[in-house]
Amino acid sequence: MTIRTATAAIALALAAAPAFAGEVRIMWYSDGVEGEVIQDLLSRFEAENPEIDVILDNVAYQVIQEQLPIQLASGQGPDIARVTNLKEQAQHWLDLRPYLSDPAYWETNFGDRLDWMREEGSDAIPGFLTQLTLTGGFANATLFEQAGVAIPGEGATWDDWIEASRQVMDSQQLPAAFAVDRSGHRISGPAVSYGANYIGEDGNPAPIDDGTMAFAGKLVDWTSQGLMLPEVWVSAAGTTYRAAADDFINAQIPFYYSGSWQVANLSTKIGDAFDWVAVGTPCGDAGCSGLAGGAALVAIKYTQNPEEVAKVMEYLASEPVVREFSERTLFLPAHAGVVAAGGLQFQSEDPNVQPALEKFVQASTETLPASDALPAWRWANAYYGALVTRISQVMAGELTLEEARPLMDQDIADQVAAAQQQ
Amino acid sequence: MTSLGHWAGVLVTAPLVLLARAVDPLLRAWQRWTGIGGMAAFFLLPNLLIFGVFVLIPIVLNLAYSMTGGTEILLAQRPYVGGEQYARLLECQDYSRPLTCREDQFWTAARNTGLFVLFQVSLMVAVSLVTALILNREIKGRGFFRAVFFFPVLLSPVVVGLIWRWILQREGLLNLLVVNLGLEPQVWLNDRVTAFAAAVGVSTWAHMGFYTLILLAGLQAIPRDLYEAAEMDGTPPARVFRRITLPLLGPNLAVVLVLALIRGVQIFDEAYVLTGGGPGTSTLFLTQYIYEVGFASLLRNPGLAAAASMLMAGVLVVLTLVQLRLSRSSAGGQR
Repeated sequence: MTIRTATAAIALALAAAPAFAGEVRIMWYSDGVEGEVIQDLLSRFEAENPEIDVILDNVAYQVIQEQLPIQLASGQGPDIARVTNLKEQAQHWLDLRPYLSDPAYWETNFGDRLDWMREEGSDAIPGFLTQLTLTGGFANATLFEQAGVAIPGEGATWDDWIEASRQVMDSQQLPAAFAVDRSGHRISGPAVSYGANYIGEDGNPAPIDDGTMAFAGKLVDWTSQGLMLPEVWVSAAGTTYRAAADDFINAQIPFYYSGSWQVANLSTKIGDAFDWVAVGTPCGDAGCSGLAGGAALVAIKYTQNPEEVAKVMEYLASEPVVREFSERTLFLPAHAGVVAAGGLQFQSEDPNVQPALEKFVQASTETLPASDALPAWRWANAYYGALVTRISQVMAGELTLEEARPLMDQDIADQVAAAQQQ
Repeated sequence: MTSLGHWAGVLVTAPLVLLARAVDPLLRAWQRWTGIGGMAAFFLLPNLLIFGVFVLIPIVLNLAYSMTGGTEILLAQRPYVGGEQYARLLECQDYSRPLTCREDQFWTAARNTGLFVLFQVSLMVAVSLVTALILNREIKGRGFFRAVFFFPVLLSPVVVGLIWRWILQREGLLNLLVVNLGLEPQVWLNDRVTAFAAAVGVSTWAHMGFYTLILLAGLQAIPRDLYEAAEMDGTPPARVFRRITLPLLGPNLAVVLVLALIRGVQIFDEAYVLTGGGPGTSTLFLTQYIYEVGFASLLRNPGLAAAASMLMAGVLVVLTLVQLRLSRSSAGGQR
């Protein structure tokens, strides 16, 4: 608590500092090396635009999640922020259109996903995705090879993957066969692959359906059989996020379901310790769908310097900068022009990286409509929170899955009711 | 050297002396005008101001939040809902079965906190008393052991949680020991009983030094001649403990008990880092519930969190009143 409080206080103090003319303050968090890359890119911008002073505040992701909303609610905060909670805070984003030299460029290249960060019915341009993410799996190829088990191929189901991973676990005497990050977002693509649909016809949350229950039931069964690493889901309460990346990096599990943002992390930390491959999302009855998402750089409407903010945003959203940022950070670009031009040369000597990113690009074509609708859906977080909280309780033996089902519906209804209470 | 020390002292104290001389007439005038009560108020004012800004105003704000709904953070933007949040928290068919309550996680957290307080406070008082009794004896390295037992109190709760997490996790030090003894390693933090026991044990380890110190002070205040008289009478040690030590240590024990109770109800940092509230909700305590609902959840509910914290504050107020009463009676007893 002490470290978190201190970090938050410093970030709060920094962000609450009065903006001076020509000063643009960016609140930024990093998963990998993107903090260094963006600093380098901004240094070049400042050299070309000496009248604008860009200050990059590198903060923990938790500050973005917990402190930034409080600053925004009080009409303060940085001038630009890198965020993942795009839709729910949309009322705080600045519509850049009046300040942009070419708004059409933004519509053309980022238009597909601008709705993710807009208020309902708005056509504002608040920012752009710095990276497009897609959930998907990773396999430890070396462990599979040592176990003499073939890595499941295209079209393999979740059952196929868990069975193959179980064989590797038994052969290599590993603590578990696989792990999925403790996150409602992470299990939603697979749930959709089993026919789940979270969104009702009126746009409000639909009751928990059989598709969701089917995948949740599998996760619970696999946990009770000792196949899913219990430390990730069982060992926490509430909506606490826990990634299992370290368990995969330490070769404790042969199969790990997370997402494309882990590529740089895995490459950096695994090095040449073992070979790993990205495998997309295993299939269910309805398809093989991951779930898209992303982090966006958004302008904050409480800025005192909107012209300077727009100038910085235009520079960072420009095609060559987006291309360089993606190549150096190993992130999938969300810029239509960069994607269409192709030929991205991801800057990594790790032979696992390029095929992994290509796999994610290919998997992005296999997502189902029910999954594609979630990033721009207002109540997605309400759904994710309820899933994580209650499925964890089932895994811990506190509830049965059937008892959990109405509780999840009630949790979601409570969240919606609270949010609509204005 | 003396001259140097003298002048250094003068240099340091001179500004204070000058300040005291400057304000002295003003203070005398104030005392003549307001009497002794006015002087007391004058010296209490700075502390009261700080207390008001950092304690009283937040409590009033929290009370106001607890009567509002919605997900907005600013109080002015939140709709007034009266006692709706309290009604939601207290709506229950059977309080002994949290799942029958509307906010089942709140009641699970309340039950866990109650159990935690019961076990942790009992253990804390017992271990602190035994440690204080041992450290009160003429043993070799007494000063060293006193420092050793007090050292964990100086650690940040986050550090305490992390240290013990590294010890208790699957690949932790405890399992290394277990394997070396030829036994099966366990995932200690994944089992409901061992995880709860770990939360109780770690919290006791982290704070017992403080309570030991209080009891040690109490033990050293017991007149030696009482023990000498008992020794001359040939009184057995158990009887000495029951008839002399325990009664005379009573006031200190009461203070330790109430302070440990208050601290136990507030358990958060080390348990949150150690277990994250799991497995399931078996170590979810009230403060973590409030933190989750108010701050960490993807869709926050500040009103509900504020109402829960007001209910918890009510329990703490009762415990504090008990402590004050015990302190007063102990002070009265000593007079």
